Amino acid sequence: MQLTVNSKRYDLDVEPEMPLLWVLRDELGISGPKYGCGAGLCGACTVHIDNTAVRSCSINAGEVRGSITTIEGLGTPANLHVVQQAWIEHQVAQCGYCQSGQMMTAAALLSKTPDPSDSEIAEAMDGNLCRCGTYTRIHSAVKTAAQMMKGK
Amino acid sequence: MARLKTIARRTFLIGSAAIAGGVAFGYYRLRRDPPNPLLKGLKAGEAAITPYVRVDAKGVTLITPRADKGQGSYSIQAHLIAEELDVDPHKVRIDPGPPDTAYFNSRIMDDSLPFATIDEGIMARGARGGGEVLSRVLGMQITGGSSTVPDGYQKLRMAGAVARETLKEAAARRSGVSRSQLKTKDGQVILPDGKSLTYAELAVEAAQLAPVTDVTLRPEQEWRYIGKKMRRIDIVAKSTGTQQYGIDIRPDRVMYATVRTNPGMGGTIKRYDASSAEKMRGVKKIVPIKDGVGVIADNTWRAFQAAAAIKIEWNDPPYPADSAGMWKVLENSFSKDLQDSRLRNDGDVEKALAGSSKPIEAEYRTPYLAHAPLEPMNAVVLYTQERLDIWTGTQIPVFLQAHAAKLTRLPEEKVYVHVQPIGGSFGARLDDTYALQAIELAMAMEGVPVKMIWSREENMAHDYPRPIQLSRAKGTVRDGMVESMSIDVAGQSMGASWFNRLQAPVPPGPDVSSVNGIWDQPFAIPNFRVTGYKAKEMVPVSPWRSVGASANGFHHASFLDELIHAAGADPMAELVRLCNHEPSKKVLQTLRDISGWKGSRIDDRRARGVALTLSFGVPMAQIVEVSDTPQGIKIEKVYAVCDVGRILDPVNFEAQVRGGVIWALGHAMNCELTYENFAPVQTNFHLFEAMRFHQAPEIIVKGLELGGEVRGIGEPPVPPAAPALANAIFALTGKRVRELPLNKSVNFA
Ligand code: FES
Ligand code: FES
Repeated sequence: MQLTVNSKRYDLDVEPEMPLLWVLRDELGISGPKYGCGAGLCGACTVHIDNTAVRSCSINAGEVRGSITTIEGLGTPANLHVVQQAWIEHQVAQCGYCQSGQMMTAAALLSKTPDPSDSEIAEAMDGNLCRCGTYTRIHSAVKTAAQMMKGK
Repeated sequence: MARLKTIARRTFLIGSAAIAGGVAFGYYRLRRDPPNPLLKGLKAGEAAITPYVRVDAKGVTLITPRADKGQGSYSIQAHLIAEELDVDPHKVRIDPGPPDTAYFNSRIMDDSLPFATIDEGIMARGARGGGEVLSRVLGMQITGGSSTVPDGYQKLRMAGAVARETLKEAAARRSGVSRSQLKTKDGQVILPDGKSLTYAELAVEAAQLAPVTDVTLRPEQEWRYIGKKMRRIDIVAKSTGTQQYGIDIRPDRVMYATVRTNPGMGGTIKRYDASSAEKMRGVKKIVPIKDGVGVIADNTWRAFQAAAAIKIEWNDPPYPADSAGMWKVLENSFSKDLQDSRLRNDGDVEKALAGSSKPIEAEYRTPYLAHAPLEPMNAVVLYTQERLDIWTGTQIPVFLQAHAAKLTRLPEEKVYVHVQPIGGSFGARLDDTYALQAIELAMAMEGVPVKMIWSREENMAHDYPRPIQLSRAKGTVRDGMVESMSIDVAGQSMGASWFNRLQAPVPPGPDVSSVNGIWDQPFAIPNFRVTGYKAKEMVPVSPWRSVGASANGFHHASFLDELIHAAGADPMAELVRLCNHEPSKKVLQTLRDISGWKGSRIDDRRARGVALTLSFGVPMAQIVEVSDTPQGIKIEKVYAVCDVGRILDPVNFEAQVRGGVIWALGHAMNCELTYENFAPVQTNFHLFEAMRFHQAPEIIVKGLELGGEVRGIGEPPVPPAAPALANAIFALTGKRVRELPLNKSVNFA
């Protein structure tokens, strides 16, 4: 099986029904996407497949069509994505475990809806649980990221 | 472990020690006489004087022994040291350090003593000193109880100051300039002529000196970090997916594992059949472990699949099989022989009740609740006959080390606990069952690192929850005022259950945790009685964010609101009138003013509830404002006001308060663990959602700094939120909800 992750091609020998999350984490050592529930309930494992936010725990590796981007491919400490800049500015993270997924969901939202309303933000972010309760800062950071994108 | 009785005198001891190529500075309190066991190892260097600051050729490392589960403790500990040491906490290395009894937490026991944490009377101080000794002797390097800040506020700054002055002394000797003429800046000693020497190049010389201990801490006008907006040291890593948690460790040749143990916690395993699991792809070994079985494979998902394919028969644990049976146990526990405490008995409750024509009676219930941090429990373990290495997030490294030594029969000094950043805990990492299971598996794979992860389903069933609690309350009102209140509380002892698992002695005296948040509240109700009843142990339980007060705050502040409404008084005015603790009263008055309180009813569609709970020494008062919408009740706004003595970092302070409020409201609205066939019905987040984004209200936070003791803020936001919400629902609908979660009784938008 072949997968493209963060613009790199990988040849893999795994069962097609292995969830993408475990291919990324255990086979490829890409640990940004997190395991939280394994059932599409928490969003910690969110990645992009061709710019759409997908729960990587709930899609089988064999079903992936398109190229995969994880948080590592979104931006890096030296080259931050606007969403990451906004997350830093608002110091959103507490434990941070959910935040890769939160940022991937937010980035996908903003790529389709550059200036989201409050209710569009709530709808997009509702599938991403944060047990530490950082929602109010996530809201502010999404707003800031939208502003920053406008300025670009 | 029992060195307690011969230890007599208290003293301060600050030391330094040579380490390979550098120097380490430590600071701790101990009672000498007999010789401190920690000093015996002095020749071993680092392990003897436990360092908070290490300087070697590579530079400065700050040791931050309190675990970081997201509350920002690494960052605050580093800033406290840096405040005196003159280094940029973003530019130095941060290391949680090895497990060591010298990192004991002198404040962890405060809340298990039967004195309110604000009680500074002689008895209270004496007993708290005892708690401190006890915690040192037990080696309680524990993170919890909002204790990191109170414990470290002086200690860590002092460690920074001693290190700074000693490095200056080394520079003085080298340059011939007196120490008083030297300054420090950004990891360097600055000479009067502007030349500088880095701490790193002074390290070896500093190690030869007696540490300079006649230091005074800087006055607050000179502070660069404390009280100002800090930038968390982990914020970039946590905003780029580059933060490594325990679950992300992937050593060479690692094998992936999981376990299944009796979903009725405490029950054992009867038999299992792994014949089909053994044949599955990638499975290396299937190993019986305590109360269950583990699978080691070459991929976590394969391990999960194989574990699910094992056929297992369980033995029943020794408690009722379902929730109804568990509640029955509590209902039957209000008897004289099970009475455990009466920590408050003001006035004459019986007389007041007898003198009233219609006393008010109510029963309050709070459920079992899981911590369910988002990172499931996990540990990476490498076992050989010579040593054991454990990489895991833990709040109890010293206990884990001892338990691991016992399990492997290795000496404690051959057990290395490498503490990892934690993806949330809320108390879950105050247990180490998962790590011990990982060790059992690693022992079957000698020389191969094994990474064990609990599936979310395993995690939900084995998350030692907060205990269920049942209160029977009575009270009277007279002339528009609250006249009497009696609350009888029945619950299983969290302390007994948890301390037994830690293999630590259960603290003597009454089980304070099960009545905290009620008996210690700062209200002068003329007749006020609180009685605790100890039910027998059922599901094994543990501390949950804000511990006893998390449930009891709801019981107490809801019933108080019932009485106030019965008296026909305004809830805010009556709380202020009854309050007999100045900081708490200021907190209430500030809340009233910033929220523009004009009564609990705003209009037909909007209402407010107010509650105050004093916990961990922090008075925290909140107003929850709700509205009636076509989709159900919506929380519009929360005002939260508290006094923590001093706010060290306003950014993290606000985050902790908001997070605590969201935590509390989410669980109060939506969560419970209910049991069928000994196991929780709630197996994953679809049945245990707490709060999601769309339910999160605006939260207005105000922290007062009334100048008393500096307190932590991780837990105090939790207790008053649930009662403030229930009180708001009463004001809106006229319906008094006395059982959590509230969504069993009302609909939320
Ligand atoms: S791990 Fe994929 S949604 Fe939770
Ligand atoms: S920051 Fe901890 S779960 Fe979101």
